[in-house]
Amino acid sequence: MSEYLLCLFLLCIGLYCVLRKRNIIKIIIGLGIIEYAVNLFLVLAGYRVHGRAPILAKDQEILNIVDPLPQALVLTSIVIGLAITALVVAIAIRIYEKYGTFDITKIRRLRG
Amino acid sequence: MNHEPRTMNYLIPFFTIIPLGAAFLISLFGKRIKGLPDFLANLGSFSLLALSLYSIFLVIGGRTLVYKVGGWAPPFGICMVLDALSTFMLVTVNLVSFLVTVYCINYMEKYSDKYKFYTLFMLMLAGMNGIIITGDLFNLFVFLEIASISSYALVAFGTEAEELEASFKYAVMGSVASSFILLGIALLYSYTSTLNMADISGVLAEKQPATLVNFIAVLFLAGFGLKAALVPFHAWLPDAHPSAPAPISAMLSGVLIKVLGVYALMRIFFNLLGVNNTILSLFLFLGAISMLVGVFLAIGQWDFKRLLAYHSVSQIGYVILGIGLGTPLGVLGGLFHLFNHSLFKSLLFLNSGAVDYSLGTRDLQKMGGLREKMPVTAATNLIASMSIAGVPPFNGFWSKLIIILACLQVNRFGYAICAVLASILTLASFMKVQKYAFLGKFSEKLKTIKEVPLAMKLSMVILAIICIFAGALLLPLFKGFLDSAVNVLLLNNYKEAVFKAAI
Repeated sequence: MSEYLLCLFLLCIGLYCVLRKRNIIKIIIGLGIIEYAVNLFLVLAGYRVHGRAPILAKDQEILNIVDPLPQALVLTSIVIGLAITALVVAIAIRIYEKYGTFDITKIRRLRG
Repeated sequence: MNHEPRTMNYLIPFFTIIPLGAAFLISLFGKRIKGLPDFLANLGSFSLLALSLYSIFLVIGGRTLVYKVGGWAPPFGICMVLDALSTFMLVTVNLVSFLVTVYCINYMEKYSDKYKFYTLFMLMLAGMNGIIITGDLFNLFVFLEIASISSYALVAFGTEAEELEASFKYAVMGSVASSFILLGIALLYSYTSTLNMADISGVLAEKQPATLVNFIAVLFLAGFGLKAALVPFHAWLPDAHPSAPAPISAMLSGVLIKVLGVYALMRIFFNLLGVNNTILSLFLFLGAISMLVGVFLAIGQWDFKRLLAYHSVSQIGYVILGIGLGTPLGVLGGLFHLFNHSLFKSLLFLNSGAVDYSLGTRDLQKMGGLREKMPVTAATNLIASMSIAGVPPFNGFWSKLIIILACLQVNRFGYAICAVLASILTLASFMKVQKYAFLGKFSEKLKTIKEVPLAMKLSMVILAIICIFAGALLLPLFKGFLDSAVNVLLLNNYKEAVFKAAI
């Protein structure tokens, strides 16, 4: 149970970071934390206590296996997260070149 | 060779193979061979349009086709499902995207890296087509991310200060929404132990109603609602859509918010989770609020594209309102309005791009009297404005009429009045566009402007003609196209249809 609470806690930290921080680099880090919280949840959803990897070998019978599918999903999700982070960081660098600041409250040319 | 429709399922993956292949070839050879990006992108989007028109005949009479990726039958492998609703969405997406790529031939000349633009465009198209045809929930998430990431990059394509700012906002809000969607998928997986959409609907139907399903529904509503720009989640849209190059604004407002938002919501709520009165009334409420807030914010705008972007929020409200009624007539109106909106809104954005191309401005106060110098743009814009405002012979009128009638049919008078009011305000704001941009006095500074080149004119004229005649889809001859899409949502036999087709 405590693992799930940790997961929720991480998600809340990430959301707080995205919503409250003014530095856009910190917002990007917040996005990463949300990603990791969700990924952790996916892995936990497939975890079984004292389970092991379902690798088929001779003379072995595995009774308690860990669900391997969420782990495959998490791999995909990590790659997607990497793509988003790379793109957003690239945009942040360009924003710094144009505006000369990382402060989100000063990056405000769009109104209405 | 056997031409019985059920054996034609090998065609389904081509909806993603063609745009992905085109993107790959364009990025590889586009820089060296001049003209290749234009040719490949147009060829790709034209063949997608032809394929989606052909698939209408494959699904005629409510048939469902399933392609098993790698030969693994559902529920174990990933499957791709082509039914009447997917076909309807595919026709909408690929029709608009073909006309937009035709428009791009001339419009994108002023940007330097045209091949990068087409690569991203084709990736976005692959993502959208993938969302529509997939039958696997996690696969839907992956395609959603492909479409989203390429749209973040396309919004920032001009790399001006405002565009970067808009793209950053869009990317941050979009990826938070994606995380919510992924969390929803994870919870749904841990509850049902399957990711196949048809199987999930079967498993959920057998279980008792649980609080967890409501929680998942809220996560999906927030996630996909943000992608669809429903009102509490709409803040990114008026920044992001106008900042992109005009053809991309047409794609984003015309089809992207509908595929990523509305289609995914419809599919997940009607076919997977199952709708109840609470969810439907939530849809109705969000729809009505989007409709009114969007149009009120639009009236005060002086930036042509920003005004159009606020109208997208408002018109998505109509679609959600129609679908939220949950009656056959309401869902029909919602789907028909989705189709119509993608036509006239992309036409309006292409018009704004044409004005921008000739004048170099998007400010309505700096325009005036353009009708004399740009007759084609002015005429098509008049048609599109009357369509979106719901003036009788044009397509927007018919779909709004159906939605309002559907509201009256189930005694939702308040929502009907909201819909009429939003329509009147839409008319008012488009009269403003007509007055300031195309009618009025011709200023001396604008003497040198010319009408836009041929390819841009061509795609605008075709869209305008479709806008005039799209009302004909309600005639008995064509109505089956819409009716069978409605049946997919309302008949509640998604699981049986997919599993029967997969044998």
